[in-house]
Amino acid sequence: MAMLRRCALAGLAVLTAALLAACGSSSSSSSGSSSAKSSGSAGKSPIAIGASLSLSGDFAADGQAFQKGYQLWAADQNAKGGLLGHKINLDILSDASSPSQVVSNYQKLIGSNHDQLIFGPFSSLLTVPSARVAARYGYTFVEGAGGAPSVFGAGLHNVFDVSIPVANNLTTFAEWVASLPAAQRPKTAAYATVNDPFTQPQLPVAQKILEAAGVKTVLNKVFPAEVTDYTPIADQVASSGAQVVLLGSVDVPTVSAFTHAFIQQHYSPKAFVATAGPDQGATFVKAVGAGNENGIFVPNGWFGGFKKADSEQMVKEYIAKYGGTASDVNADVAEAYAVGQVLAQAVQATHGFDQSKITAYLHSGVTLDSVQGPVKFDAAGENLAQKTLTFQWQNGTLVQSLPTATPGASKPLYPKPAWTG
Amino acid sequence: MSSTALLEAIVDGVLTGGVYALMAAGLTLIFGVMDIINIAQGVMVILGAYLSYELSVHVGIGLLPGLLITVPLMFTLGVAVEFCFMRRLRDQDRTQMSILITYAVAIVIEGILTAIFGVDYQQLQASYVNSSIHVFGFYLADIYLIGFGLAVVLLIGLYYALYRTKFGRAVRASLQNRTAADLIGIDVNRVRTISVGIGVAVTAVGGMVFGATNSFNPNTGYDLISRLLAIVILGGMGSIGGAMAAAVFLLVINDVVAVAWSPTWAPLVYFAALVIVLSFRPQGLFGRTAVRAQ
Repeated sequence: MAMLRRCALAGLAVLTAALLAACGSSSSSSSGSSSAKSSGSAGKSPIAIGASLSLSGDFAADGQAFQKGYQLWAADQNAKGGLLGHKINLDILSDASSPSQVVSNYQKLIGSNHDQLIFGPFSSLLTVPSARVAARYGYTFVEGAGGAPSVFGAGLHNVFDVSIPVANNLTTFAEWVASLPAAQRPKTAAYATVNDPFTQPQLPVAQKILEAAGVKTVLNKVFPAEVTDYTPIADQVASSGAQVVLLGSVDVPTVSAFTHAFIQQHYSPKAFVATAGPDQGATFVKAVGAGNENGIFVPNGWFGGFKKADSEQMVKEYIAKYGGTASDVNADVAEAYAVGQVLAQAVQATHGFDQSKITAYLHSGVTLDSVQGPVKFDAAGENLAQKTLTFQWQNGTLVQSLPTATPGASKPLYPKPAWTG
Repeated sequence: MSSTALLEAIVDGVLTGGVYALMAAGLTLIFGVMDIINIAQGVMVILGAYLSYELSVHVGIGLLPGLLITVPLMFTLGVAVEFCFMRRLRDQDRTQMSILITYAVAIVIEGILTAIFGVDYQQLQASYVNSSIHVFGFYLADIYLIGFGLAVVLLIGLYYALYRTKFGRAVRASLQNRTAADLIGIDVNRVRTISVGIGVAVTAVGGMVFGATNSFNPNTGYDLISRLLAIVILGGMGSIGGAMAAAVFLLVINDVVAVAWSPTWAPLVYFAALVIVLSFRPQGLFGRTAVRAQ
C-alpha cells in the first residue's frame, strides 16, 4: 500500500509539473519588460492589453511566434515609458487554435478582465469570430494575421489588419512568371490548396494571371485542413507534370509533405511557391531536409533582412533574446510587433484609451508606420499601403527576390535547382 | 482518371494504411487486454517519433537501429503507466475512467515534449525517406514500403504472441474471467502490465515511421487519435488483424476518393464508410467476441 501511495504521489508530482509546463504560457499575464522605467510612468497604473493566441494546436508555431512579437513590442514600448505613461502588461490567453475557444477568450479579456486594449489572434479563421466579440463590446480590433476576404467582408467596422490583404499575395509571383520570355515561361501549372480562408482566395487570382499568359492549368485541387494522407494529392500533382506548382498551405507540414512526395516521385517543377510554411526559417529547412528548400518561393510582407531601422532593431532584439539568425525570425513576429506599433500610434494620437476615438482615428486615412512598412487602412480595415513581396530560399537563406525591380532584390533562381534528396 | 492513377491511389492507400495500422496496433491491444481506451496513444506515437529524432540527430543512431533502443524505452513507459495509473482502476468503470486517466497522461507527455522541444515542427531524415523504386509505371516511396513491412512483421508477431503462445492464452484467459484466471494460477496483474508494455512499445515503431513521413510537433498527437480510434473501432476493438484490415480499407477509400473525386470529400466518405460498416457489424470487422474466442 505504502509503495502504491508513493507511486501515486510521484505520478501526481510529475503530472503537476508537466501540466505547469504545458499550461504555463497558456494563461499568463506578463509584462513586456520588468526592468522598464520611465520618467512619465510614476504614479500611473499599468494597463492591460489582452490577446488570445494559439499557443497549442494546429497554429501553435505561429501563435508562439506572435506571442514573441507582442512581448518584444511591449518590452520596447515599456522601455520608452509605456503607453501615455502607463506601463503595459500583456494578458495572453491560449485558444488552442479553436474558433470556439477564441470567442470565450475575448469575452473573458474584455468582459471579465476589463483589459483596456486588445490585440488580434493568429489566422483569419480565428480573427472573424473574435472580432465579432470585440465589436459587441465596442473595442477596436487591430490584428496582424487576419487578411482574408472573409475578415473584411464580415461587415465589421472595428477590424484593422496591419499586414497585406492575402487575396493578392501570389500576384507578384504570378506576374513575374507571366513576364518571363515565352521560351522560358512554364507551359503548365498545378494548383492545390487547403480549404482555409487564408489560402483559398489566393490561388484563383494567380491562376487568372497565369492563364492569361498562356500557362495552362493541368490540375486544381482543394483539400481539407485535417488530411489523413497527403500522398495521393501530391502524387497527382507530380503525375500532372506541371512546370509550376502553386500550393495553398498554412503550415510547414503541408509544404514538407508535398516536397517529400515530389522528391520520391522524381518530380521537380521549374517553379514552386507555397503561401505559408517556407517563411518559418530553420524549422522549414529541417522539415524538408537541408538543401531541398533551395528555390522555393513564399509571398509575404516582411522578412528578417528587411531594410528598415525599427525592423532591424526588432530583429536584433529577437536574436539577442531567442538566438538564431535573421532568416530564422518568423514573419509572424513582425506582424505582431506591427500590431502593437499601430495601436500605440492611435492611442498617442487620441491621447487616451477611448475605443471609439481610436477606431475613428484608424479610419481617418492617416498613414502610420510599422516594422513591416507603411500602414493605411481603407473603409474595410485593409492595409493598402504595402505591396506584397515574394521571397525565395537561395543557398540556405531566405532572400527577397520579387518584384525584381525592388532595391536589394536577389535574382530569382529559375528554374528551381534540383532536389538534393 | 487513368487506370495508373487509380492503381497508384490504391497502392498509396495500402502502404499508408500499413503505417496507420502500426500506430493503431497498440491501441487495440491495450483495449483488447484491459478494456482500456488509451487516449494517449496519439501522443505516445509522437513521443516515439521524438525518441527516434533524438537518437538520429544527437546520438547519430539511424532510425531503424534506433528502434532497438526506443522500443524498450516505450515498453518501460507502458509498464510504468499501467503500474501507476491503470492498475488502480476498478473493473466496473475501467473503460470510462481510462479515458480520463489516459487523457491526463497525454497532457503530461505533451507538456514535457513542449517544454523540451518547443512547438517547432520536426521531421525525421534518413537516406530512405526520400528514395523510391519504380514499379507499375509509378514510384513507390521506400519509407512507406519499410513502414508497411514493419507493420506486417509486427502485427504477425503480435498475433502469434496473443493466439499461439502460453503467454497469449494467459492474456486472453485473464481477459475473459479474471477470477478464474487467478484460480488457475495466472498472475493477472503481471500479464496486464506486460500487455500494456507491448502495446506502448509498438508505438515506438509507429512513431518512427510517422515521423519520417510527416512533420510533427507535440500537438500532432491529437490529430492522430481520432483517426486511430476510427481504425480500431472499424477493425473491432481488440483485434490486431482487424486494425490492419480497417486501416488499409479506410486509407484506400480515402486515397481513391481524393484522386478520383476530390480530397475535400475524402474524409466524409472515410467516415461514411465507417458508419455503414458499423450499421451492419456493430462489433466491427473482427468483433471482440470472435477475437476472444479464438
